[in-house]
Amino acid sequence: MKRIKTLETRNLCNSAKKGGCGECQTSCQSACKTSCGVANQKCENKEK
Amino acid sequence: MVHQYKLNGFNIVLDSCSGAVHDVDEVAYDMIAMFENSPKEEIIETLLTRYSHRKDVTKDELEECYADILSLKESGQLFTEDTFEDMAGTFKERSGNVIKALCLHVAHTCNLNCSYCFASQGKYHGDRALMSFEVGKRALDFLVENSGSRTNLEVDFFGGEPLMNWDVVKKLVEYARSIEKEKNKNFRFTLTTNGVLIDDDVIEFANKEMSNVVLSLDGRKEIHDRFRIDYSGKGSYDTIIPKFQKLVDARGGKGYYIRGTFTHYNPDFTKDVFHMADLGFTELSMEPVVGKPEDETTLTPEDIEIVKEQYEILAKDMLRRTKEGKPITFYHYMLDLKEGPCIYKRISGCGSGTEYMAVTPWGDLYPCHQFVGEESYKLGDIWNGVTNDALREEFRSCNAYAREECRDCWAKLYCSGGCAANAFHASGSIRGIYKPGCELFKKRIECAIMMRVSENSEE
Repeated sequence: MKRIKTLETRNLCNSAKKGGCGECQTSCQSACKTSCGVANQKCENKEK
Repeated sequence: MVHQYKLNGFNIVLDSCSGAVHDVDEVAYDMIAMFENSPKEEIIETLLTRYSHRKDVTKDELEECYADILSLKESGQLFTEDTFEDMAGTFKERSGNVIKALCLHVAHTCNLNCSYCFASQGKYHGDRALMSFEVGKRALDFLVENSGSRTNLEVDFFGGEPLMNWDVVKKLVEYARSIEKEKNKNFRFTLTTNGVLIDDDVIEFANKEMSNVVLSLDGRKEIHDRFRIDYSGKGSYDTIIPKFQKLVDARGGKGYYIRGTFTHYNPDFTKDVFHMADLGFTELSMEPVVGKPEDETTLTPEDIEIVKEQYEILAKDMLRRTKEGKPITFYHYMLDLKEGPCIYKRISGCGSGTEYMAVTPWGDLYPCHQFVGEESYKLGDIWNGVTNDALREEFRSCNAYAREECRDCWAKLYCSGGCAANAFHASGSIRGIYKPGCELFKKRIECAIMMRVSENSEE
């Protein structure tokens, strides 16, 4: 594509299939403690 | 839902629901903006007129661009429909009452007297208290008993100042290590400290046992010492800096954050982040102060605009540092687009009050550290478990789709509806929103995505 460069990203719709193991950190635990965000959490799923 | 923005010379298109990110030129940027609202012929005609000064913008070429956009749509990378709402509630129901993280308030007291402290100098609007080993041990047992099949359990030693109860912290870690194999659990400990009592024993133990250490530093000496003072009024900067440096040097690459708070007095907080970097620290976090609108430290609407500019300055400078081989990490810009969290994580909310709870020195349970001291938010205690089921259900219902204001927001799969405590403090309800927080959050995500786009364009 000439005018569009698409970055390699995890497809969120597909992540529904093997997601939800629940092993990841809760959102602001061990870090900022004041402003919740989920997108920067590390995925801990070993079987994705 | 598509979000388009221009930042640092990039035209960025985010397809919120698939997570796809596109780095496009301005012609494609304009075409994507019109794509869902106008017929093809009209779009091409409009763009031919708009870009008539450019030789590369021809009818054939625009047809090709249109076909590219259509193929991205068909492959689920653009204009992806939001089909996640029904999943949001079911996931939390499925995980039952599993608890996987506790914030242990081992000391409701502090050796610093910071007036901006959300925990009222560590006392959480109550009496000073230290957690006994027996209470802490019971809290760890409670966590194991309620963790179901989860292996990774997070425990944060928090306060007040947890080093004021250091012997108990050490004994609790030893106890947890003694049971984790038999219980098939993996404890991950974090210590959050102001640094005043750090000594060689703390450094050795923390670097062996704590997965993460959060070290409170507000940045420049004059900024740090404005609030972070002892009870005689003396600033703590000169005391803690050599201690933090020694601890981090000895940490051997294990996780840590130098974490600061910025207020109305330093909305130009990037200077403080850069100061942290000048001191040799690389893992950095800087957070807006939490407070009431009438507090002198609270960010004003004018400050919010300055802070947004500062986030851009920070992102650009971090790219420069990376190019020069001296990268720094900023907590909110850690956005892994390839291996980040799954959709369940993104829609389920932060976990406070359900899978994450705070424990007071006397064993009461609260939805998170920021609710401690709000009596109506007491969930139960570590002996009888959660007894306020209605409150737990209220927290369980908090997810990315729980707030009307979030419904059409492109960022909801990045914040998952935001911080319940911020919402409560701003609106009186955990189902409300904290609008300035949303604005800052969106700006941070835009900056973080721009950084990935920039890195990608260098490859």
